[in-house]
Parts: sequence; structure tokens; C-alpha cells
Amino acid sequence: MTTAFASVDDVCRALADAGYLASDAIATTTFLADRLGKPLLVEGPAGVGKTELAKAVARATGARLIRLQCYEGVDEARALYEWNHAKQLLRITAERDGDGHWDALRHDIFTDEFLLARPLLEAVRSEDPVVLLVDELDKADVEIEGLLLEILSDFQVTVPELGTITAAHRPFVVLTSNATRELSEALRRRCLFLHIDYPSPALEQRIVAQHVPGLEATLVESVVRLVGRLRELRLRKAPSVSETVDWARTLVALGSTDLTADVLRDNLGVLLKHQDDIERAAKALDL
Amino acid sequence: MTSLEPRLVGLAGALRRHGVANGTSDVVDAAAVMTALGLEDRERLREGVAAALLRRTGQRQVYDDLFDLWFPAALGSRTGVDDDVPPPADAAEARSRAAQLREELARALADHDEAALESLAARVVAELGRLPNEATTGGWSSAQALDILAPQTAIAAALARLRDAADGIPGGSGNGSGGSEGSGAGSGGAPSGQRFADRFTRDELRAAVAAFRRRVEVETRRRNAEARGAERISRYAVRPPAEQTPFLLAGAVEVEELRRTIAPLAKKLASRMAARRRRAARGEIDIRKTLRRSMSTGGVPMRPAHKQRSPHRPDLVLLCDMSSSVAGFSRFTILLMQAMAGQFRRVRIFGFVNVVDELTDVVLSAPPGADLTEAFRDTARMTRWHNNSDYGSALLDFTDHHLDSVGPRTSVLILGDARTNNTHPHPDALRDIAARAKSVDWLNPESPRQWGVGDSVAPLYADIVDMHECANAAQLRQFVMRLPV
Repeated sequence: MTTAFASVDDVCRALADAGYLASDAIATTTFLADRLGKPLLVEGPAGVGKTELAKAVARATGARLIRLQCYEGVDEARALYEWNHAKQLLRITAERDGDGHWDALRHDIFTDEFLLARPLLEAVRSEDPVVLLVDELDKADVEIEGLLLEILSDFQVTVPELGTITAAHRPFVVLTSNATRELSEALRRRCLFLHIDYPSPALEQRIVAQHVPGLEATLVESVVRLVGRLRELRLRKAPSVSETVDWARTLVALGSTDLTADVLRDNLGVLLKHQDDIERAAKALDL
Repeated sequence: MTSLEPRLVGLAGALRRHGVANGTSDVVDAAAVMTALGLEDRERLREGVAAALLRRTGQRQVYDDLFDLWFPAALGSRTGVDDDVPPPADAAEARSRAAQLREELARALADHDEAALESLAARVVAELGRLPNEATTGGWSSAQALDILAPQTAIAAALARLRDAADGIPGGSGNGSGGSEGSGAGSGGAPSGQRFADRFTRDELRAAVAAFRRRVEVETRRRNAEARGAERISRYAVRPPAEQTPFLLAGAVEVEELRRTIAPLAKKLASRMAARRRRAARGEIDIRKTLRRSMSTGGVPMRPAHKQRSPHRPDLVLLCDMSSSVAGFSRFTILLMQAMAGQFRRVRIFGFVNVVDELTDVVLSAPPGADLTEAFRDTARMTRWHNNSDYGSALLDFTDHHLDSVGPRTSVLILGDARTNNTHPHPDALRDIAARAKSVDWLNPESPRQWGVGDSVAPLYADIVDMHECANAAQLRQFVMRLPV
């Protein structure tokens, strides 16, 4: 099995080239997931870059990204594969006009031609290296987890009519979860676990500077310190990295050269999404 | 690698004893991680082994503590730290040493000098932390060192330093103050010469001091582990994760951690209760699914498939003992109330000591994260004649006045220790509630061994409704997991 990264530093560099500044923890775990060939289970608050990590790995390794977005009620037919029954019925009716050997036909309609590959099967069958992103797994039902177990441990899929399909390349699998539901131990056991938290101030400054190049360094520092302070307040939804970047963009758009109480008071809505959070923050920051 | 295997196994064992489940396959993975990463970078090794051994977020704190014990950065005293300092001869000497260290601490805090803070922590333990006689947990005490040092007093000095630095270099601050003067004229309110972000300096310093305290604690554990063995220290000196802390004993810090643990659990509890009736065997036919199933029977729809019903959000009634005997537990109760209130379509919350009072409005109108302990301290409306809890009359009062809040779609959750101070328990009232509700569950902070001992009537109530021990967040998690789907 081939590995995409030579060392942890190599991961850092490759991800940075792909536009993703990774902390040491993220880089180390990504390296290990690649080296040990294990799926990566990523948890953490919303907006810290869980999904972005998978995209960045795909960009960095030149692999194709296949994404399975989970939601309540997602089932086998949407996640794994489905028989194209409309086409199969057409085929059956087309045969009926001829003399029709049923045996031949029966084998005929369960072939690749009538199989609709969904993300999981697509990832396993792919000829090129792929990154498989299973997003927000906690939103899906427990049954989907059972379905994933075979794929995650052996990277193979069993279609009763066709047999077992094994992956040519071991896909780099990233599962993300917001912990609205407890994932099963069986699934957790098969994965490397990574908790992404809010980045350290230094890293966050680099992230902001990268995404918003037009902002002065001193202002970037102020923005990151402000957000750090807000995260310490007990808010309904603490601002995450994406909100920090949005806030920095706001400052550029306003042409501000310094962070002042006025600018902050008028644009707190960019950082905080709930009215009572805004009130609470305004009070705590003495605006 | 051979000499590291026992260490790794020891770490995994210590984690298990602290309630962090891991299996042999995880340890094998961790060993593979160590081979892949090598031992050059300790922090990367820490992250890598964590990825293999941990499975959920709340386990990180206890893991970090144990990792420091089983994979210490170094043995003995550190370079640059004079270890042969004798313990201070008298209180005056200890004070003068502390004053000197405090000054250096202020400087390191002002400069954000991580390396200096690290070596300072080592010096604080070496110079102030040695115990006069060795205790079971070793010869060093972080509590003693931090007591003498009082690092929080360095905040003011660090602030003064930062202010001097800003005033002292006119060239450096010219850029920033020029900008703020320009906008200051517009706003009129901003103090001149001081950037807005500097308002956070004090809070940031406070956080840095808290981090410094942790460094001292880590260093102390390291020194003690060396003297006493990692095995022994990991048993005594590592705080169990927030999950295992009993609600009845939780202090302010633990409550803050609990809040973070309980919020997602309440969400899960809500979705579990909603999931109880999702898989329907009848209802609307899903054409697409039925056709697909029919393919294996040659196009004849033998097994119809039904549309999945959208999950139904049940009603919830919370009935909570708010008396002072379960004060620690009621703090947890309040956390759970607040978390559940956001999850259910219709939630009604009742508190009682010996009569029932509806608290729904108080909880729902409070901002999230607000501390409601004070609001509920005044239990006047939940008491009559005396201040002791009386489950019998409270249940009777509930059936008399609030029984209409319980319907066939309602789940009832009762929280309390069922200690009724030798009054009549009135089990019939509970039976009435159970007969009307969809389900009734009782969470009791006491262990089953205590049920029925003294004035507890828990066994009597447990015969009528499902009673579960719920002394810490781990047991709450178990309760949530056990709910039938």
C-alpha cells in the first residue's frame, strides 16, 4: 500500500500548500491515518474546519474527493448502491417482444450496467486514489454505521448479486461528527480519533492573515484576541474560525484601521448569531 | 521499542482504571503509532497515541495527565534548575524566595515567554514545593508551592510592565495610537492611546496564570512519579474525568465541566426519546423502495416498504427535588433542565420540596448558560410548614394540581433521592402519574445499596417506575444509551 506523505512535516507543508494551516495535532493524526491506513474520525465544534480538512487532504494529494452527506433517514440506496430498476424494467419489457430466454435475462439485468453506484461504492470501485468524506455521520441512523463497518475495516462492499468488491486503492476516509448522537463503540474502535478544537491564537492569526491578506498584522492580532475573549464567555454559540475570518473581512470592507468599540458594536452580528449572545457579549465587553 | 511496551501497556491500564475504555486492538494501534512517528517529538507522540487510545472528547484531560506520568519529558531535575536547593529554613526565607520568583513570573507573563514559564514552573516546584516529610503521594506538593507563591498576585505586576513598555517606546506605539486617534476622534468614546484589544489583557493574563498553575501541577506529578512510580501516582494524583465526578460532590470547577458534558447528553436523551417510536410497520407506502425491493422477486411487490415517519418530538415533564439535602445534585438537575428545555417541543419543569411549583418560565426565560442556582435558592414557593423534602405530599400535590400536564405522549423524568423524612410516601400518587404517562423514569443520585436505608423509600417507588442510579455523568450516559430505540 502506498502512502501519500513522508513525514509529519511533509503533511504540514502539503496541507499549507493546499490552503489549510494545520495544527501539530491535526498534521500528526492525518499522517498516521495515511500511514496506518485507518479511517479518521473528526469531532469538534462547528466551523473549526473538520470538513475543510478532508477537502485539503484531497487537494494536497491530488486525489478525488467523494462526499457522502449524512442526514436523518439516509439509507443504503443513497449511501451504497441502488439497482436502476426503471432501466431493468425497460430491459425486461424489451426482451418480452423477442422470444426471451428468462435465465439469460435474469443474469443480464443484475450486471454493472444497471448498478447505480452511490458514494461509498464509488469510493471503493475508483481506479484513482480518492478521499472519502462521510460528513456529519451523527445525523444518520444507527443502521448506516453498521453498513460502514465493513467498508472501514476491510475497504470492501458486498453486493449480493455481484459478489464482493474490494478497493483497488485504500481510500483516505474522513468521518466527521458534531456529537448530536453517540456513535457506536464498534465504529469508534476502527478509527483514529481526532478532536479539533479552536486553534491557538498564533495559529488563528496565521489563518486569518492567509484568508484576508489585506489586513494589517496588528489588527489581525486584535481580532484574534477579541474572538478568544468571546469564546471564554458562556455563549449559546461561540464564534468559530470561519466567523473570525468573516469578521476580518468585514473590517477590510469597512476600511477600518483599528478595532474600536463603535465598529464592534455595529457589527457584532457577524461574530455572534443569537440575539441574547450579542446582548451578553456587549455587556461583558462594556460596549 | 521493547522497553517502551510495558510503559504503553501501563498507560492503557491506567486509562482504563480512570474510566477511559480501550481495548487490546487500540494498544496495538498505539504501538504502531509509536513506530510510525518515532520518539523525536514528544508532543507529536502525545497527539498520535491520543488518536489511537481515545474515543471521545471528554477524555483528553485525564489522558494528558497520565501521558505526562508514563512518558515523562525527562528524569530528575531539569537543566538550568538548581535541584539541590534545601527546603526554606523558615517562613521568611520562603517568602523572599517566592517574591523573587513572582517577579520573574510577572516578566515572563508580560513577554509571553513560554520557555521561561516552563522552566519557572520547574523552579517553583524545586524551591518551594518540597515537603518536610514525604506523603503517600511523594515528596513534592504543588498545593504548598502555589500557596506560598500566590501566582495570581503577579497579574498586577505584569500589567504594569506591559503598560510601561507601551509608554516607554514611542516609536513602537506610534503606529497603533495614530490609528486609534484617527478613529477616536470619530467615535469620541475610545480612550486615547490605548487600543481596544488591550481591554482583554487582564483576562488573558488571568488565563495565563491558570495555565501556569497547571504547569506546576504537571511538574509536581512528574517529580513524584519518579520517586514513587508512575503506577502509584496515576492512581492517587490524577483527577478523574468530569464524567466520573459524583454530582453530589461537584464543586464550581466541576460544574463548569459538567455543563459541557451534559449539554450534548441532554440532546442525545431528547433524540433517544424521540426515536422510541420511529420505525413504523404501517403508514404510507414508499413507492420507490417497494419497487426496488420487488426486483429480487421479479418485479412482483411481495414486501411493501413504508415511508419513514419523521421523528416525533415528545412532551416532557421534569419533576425535580430542589431541597437542600440534594444541593449538589440539584445543581446537576438545573443543568439538565436548561439543556432539555431547548430540545423538546413542549417541556414543563416542576420543582418541589414538599409542594410543587412550576419553574418552566424561570428556566425558559433565563439566557443559556446563566447560573440559576441563586434563582432557586429561595424555595419558599416549594415549601409548606417545614423545609424538609416530603415526596408523598409533593406527589399528591402534583396529582391534585398538575396532572393535566401529563398525557399519553408525555415522558416523565423524576430527579431526586426519594428520602422522604419519614412521612407517608403516597405511592398511589406516583401510580396515577405512571398510568397516564407514556413512560416514567426516575434518576436517583444514590447508589442502589443506599436505597431503602434510613428514610429512603426508593424501593417502594422503584416497584412502580423504572429507577436508575445517576450519580455522575457517565451513569447519565449509560441511562441514555439504555433507553430502548
